[in-house]
Amino acid sequence: MRVNFTVNGRRYEADDVWEGESLLYVLRERMGLPGSKNACEQGECGSCTVRLDGVPVCSCLVAAGQVEGREVVTVEGLADFAAHRAEQHPGSGCAPGACGTALDQARRWQADPAGEEARETGELSPIQQAFIDAGAVQCGFCTPGLLVAADELLERNPEPSDADIREALSGNLCRCTGYEKILDAVRLAAARAEETV
Amino acid sequence: MGVTGNPTSINQGTRTKGGIGESTLRPDGILKVTGEFAYSSDMWHEDMLWGHTLRSTFAHAEIVSIDTSEALATSGVYAVLTYDDLPSTVKNYGLEIQDTPVLAHGKVRHHGEPVALVAADHPETARRAAAKIRIDYRELPVITDEASATAPDAILVHEGRSDHHAGHVPHPNIVHRQPIVRGDADAAAARADVVVSGEYVFGMQDQAFLGPESGLAVPAEDGGVDLYVATQWLHSDLRQIAPVLGLPEDKVRMTLAGVGGAFGGREDLSMQIHACLLALRTGKPVKIVYNRFESFFGHVHRHPAKLWYEHGATRDGKLTHMKCRIVLDGGAYASASPAVVGNASSLSVGPYVIDDVDIEAIALYTNNPPCGAMRGFGAVQACFAYEAQMDKLAAELGMDPVEFRQLNAMEQGTLLPTGQVVDSPAPVAELLRRVKDMPMPPERQWEVAGEQADVRALPGGLSNTTHGEGVVRGVGYAVGLKNVGFSEGFDDYSTARVRMEAVAGEPVVTVHTAMAEVGQGGVTVHAQIARTELGVSQVTIHPADTRVGSAGSTSASRQTYVTGGAVKHSCEAVREKVLEMGRRKFGTFHPAWATAELLLEGGKVVTDGGEVLADLADVLEDEAVDIELEWRHRPTEAFDLRTGQGNGHVQYSFAAHRAVVEVDTELGLVKVVELACAQDVGKALNPLSVVGQIQGGTIQGLGIAVMEEIVVDPRTAKVRNPSFTDYLLPTILDTPAIPVDVLELADDHAPYGLRGVGEAPTLSSTPAVLAAIRNATGLELNRTPVRPEHLTGT
Repeated sequence: MRVNFTVNGRRYEADDVWEGESLLYVLRERMGLPGSKNACEQGECGSCTVRLDGVPVCSCLVAAGQVEGREVVTVEGLADFAAHRAEQHPGSGCAPGACGTALDQARRWQADPAGEEARETGELSPIQQAFIDAGAVQCGFCTPGLLVAADELLERNPEPSDADIREALSGNLCRCTGYEKILDAVRLAAARAEETV
Repeated sequence: MGVTGNPTSINQGTRTKGGIGESTLRPDGILKVTGEFAYSSDMWHEDMLWGHTLRSTFAHAEIVSIDTSEALATSGVYAVLTYDDLPSTVKNYGLEIQDTPVLAHGKVRHHGEPVALVAADHPETARRAAAKIRIDYRELPVITDEASATAPDAILVHEGRSDHHAGHVPHPNIVHRQPIVRGDADAAAARADVVVSGEYVFGMQDQAFLGPESGLAVPAEDGGVDLYVATQWLHSDLRQIAPVLGLPEDKVRMTLAGVGGAFGGREDLSMQIHACLLALRTGKPVKIVYNRFESFFGHVHRHPAKLWYEHGATRDGKLTHMKCRIVLDGGAYASASPAVVGNASSLSVGPYVIDDVDIEAIALYTNNPPCGAMRGFGAVQACFAYEAQMDKLAAELGMDPVEFRQLNAMEQGTLLPTGQVVDSPAPVAELLRRVKDMPMPPERQWEVAGEQADVRALPGGLSNTTHGEGVVRGVGYAVGLKNVGFSEGFDDYSTARVRMEAVAGEPVVTVHTAMAEVGQGGVTVHAQIARTELGVSQVTIHPADTRVGSAGSTSASRQTYVTGGAVKHSCEAVREKVLEMGRRKFGTFHPAWATAELLLEGGKVVTDGGEVLADLADVLEDEAVDIELEWRHRPTEAFDLRTGQGNGHVQYSFAAHRAVVEVDTELGLVKVVELACAQDVGKALNPLSVVGQIQGGTIQGLGIAVMEEIVVDPRTAKVRNPSFTDYLLPTILDTPAIPVDVLELADDHAPYGLRGVGEAPTLSSTPAVLAAIRNATGLELNRTPVRPEHLTGT
């Protein structure tokens, strides 16, 4: 079958997709976007987390055909996605829940190709930078899924408590860090966002 | 080639930014957060095929026949391989004993053993074709424990053993046996005022690295193959792969692909040979990626163990003697079992002074899943048992458990049961003091003023099973002893190639090693060492491959010590060469070139007084200095096979934990509230990474304490929970705060005084949690992991 959908603001068309293929497989093997990871392919580890019409999902559990006509954001597009959000909601000082998980907003979001070219390569979203700075990356295999999940948490709750962070990220397994530095990274990103208000 | 490691110290360039001792950031960090870092499962090649492995559905069975015709006839299938298709006379591999068939021949010895391979144009096509392979099995009785393995009429898991352990083991189903006898344990026992004994059971733990076994084999025009794979030791893989392919080693070129964690589980081969066989057969690139189900069968696990211990002490709290017997289940193939036996026996006494000991450790051959390396490697199982014994003794004597441990703690100069002197700092009592002195987490943390209890801070968590009713707090302590580096006389060297050249008027350094970066941060540390030793800020880490000499394994907490030592050694040689060039070119212009102690700093040659003599770029001009050298730590010896005596270890590593737990005694649910750790690291080359290692190791210890276990059916020897649904890993909600206190007492034998870090915290974490649960519940709990039924008695 053929599947058309938008990934990180670009329209994609995948041909000869076997109907049993997951969104994760199509992203990784057909679209050249292997950033979403394949740690369990059972919906248990969260390493394949992407935003589907704004909602964080395990892309391994989404059949590719279900994504027809919809919008996907992967770790590869996270920096652009966050930059766009910052333009729409400067300082990210909005109240919890008012910051852009809304479907229509996610649907409206499109990367501007001209704008993208103008941006410096290597530019990171605040949560990506915080993961590096806090030492939250070791082997890095859980990192893409955690970044997408943590970014979504901070979007709806800019000042999460430690318990909020733990709850929001409890669907993402990490085997290297013991999670302390991941907590540090989310705290750091939240604190930096507050400073810029 | 190379030198034996001499005591070394920082002698140059410590002022260079980004050198050792700083928490510089990972060079691969940006790629890893943007999704661009290429892990082994991300490899892609035009026209590539997908490989799939068909595995046995029985744990022990004869293979009567295999029919591949229907699979071969499937559209999209390019090859189906069985034992009969193997190209070489060498058909087995193995880390130490070559007992593991590439594909099963006549018999399968464990559940999930590889029997056949398929290559097809889509992974699902390969899976479906594999399902069409018809195998006729005749089931055999399974050997699952010591009794069934050593029974007089026991079936031999491996007939006709001829390996180097076969001659000294009491039964062919015992892989290796290591006794250690020192002093006279029976005579010493007569002096004891109290004697405690116990039988302990340690469950089978999985490494559960997140990046599944995977890689890409690309056939080359010269008849060889290029292999991109995630592993812990490229050259060990190469040594095992090439003979089975019937190729010389120089025709198997390996490059390290991105590694998504390892923890010991990538020491053994998984898909490496299989992908190469399919690529060479089809003439096309072949990618193999295990899913999580297959990953549970695709690598060895931590040895489950039964341990019997007896300790005695005098009324004033001094240990008199220790007797122990440790039985490790090695499963169907040897893997690292012999070395795990060596560790379990030689470290079975723990970080304590006991002069009279009688120790025996064995590993069995059974039809259970093969077991081998996992973080802590034999020392973990022993630590769980001896620390339970220490608490029992302290209770028996009416002493504080920490004071009792401190009274018997090993220190520099202590003689181990192997007769080896601990000749570097051993701050065991101090580490215990430090964790004990840390502030305690507040009581009843789940209480929020004016609101309902925050269930996320309670046992049972979001299941909302209690608001504090029936919840009891407990505190427990433990400390452990781990060796660093490969032991027992192994030639444990590393190689580093370091190149310095001037590019666009600036000096740049390239470090090339075959070290497997598995997440630990070795690449960060290599760049720091090069900056410190060569005074150059711009350092590039070359991808790890087999075009440079072996770096040994990313195991045994050894890489910063040994490959770090090799990088330092090669940098020193490059520095000497550069200074020699400088003297030749500029020596006549300034007397300091001949007389002063010269350093490389900030891209310049300077005197120890700070006077600049030359820019490195001017010294180098268009000449590159490029040196590859091996480096060795001081040699070790084998343990005597009867007495266990010998200077078997390189270095020791110590960590202590204090666990605070809350237990819902009605439901048997445990919440670990805090796991505080103090560890001596000798010298923290990168403090941020060091703390990350300690915290990660601590949580792997928590996992085996309260949730992680591969459950093997004792009747069929089949694995019952090969998924992340049923094999539970700690999530961020299960994980407590982990305050870490890092001590830096230099080991003068090691580069920069450093001490291997990665494993020690995995030892003491588990017994500390168990001690805390015992403290909360008053139960004996001689088994790990603790399950709810162990706490409720239901």
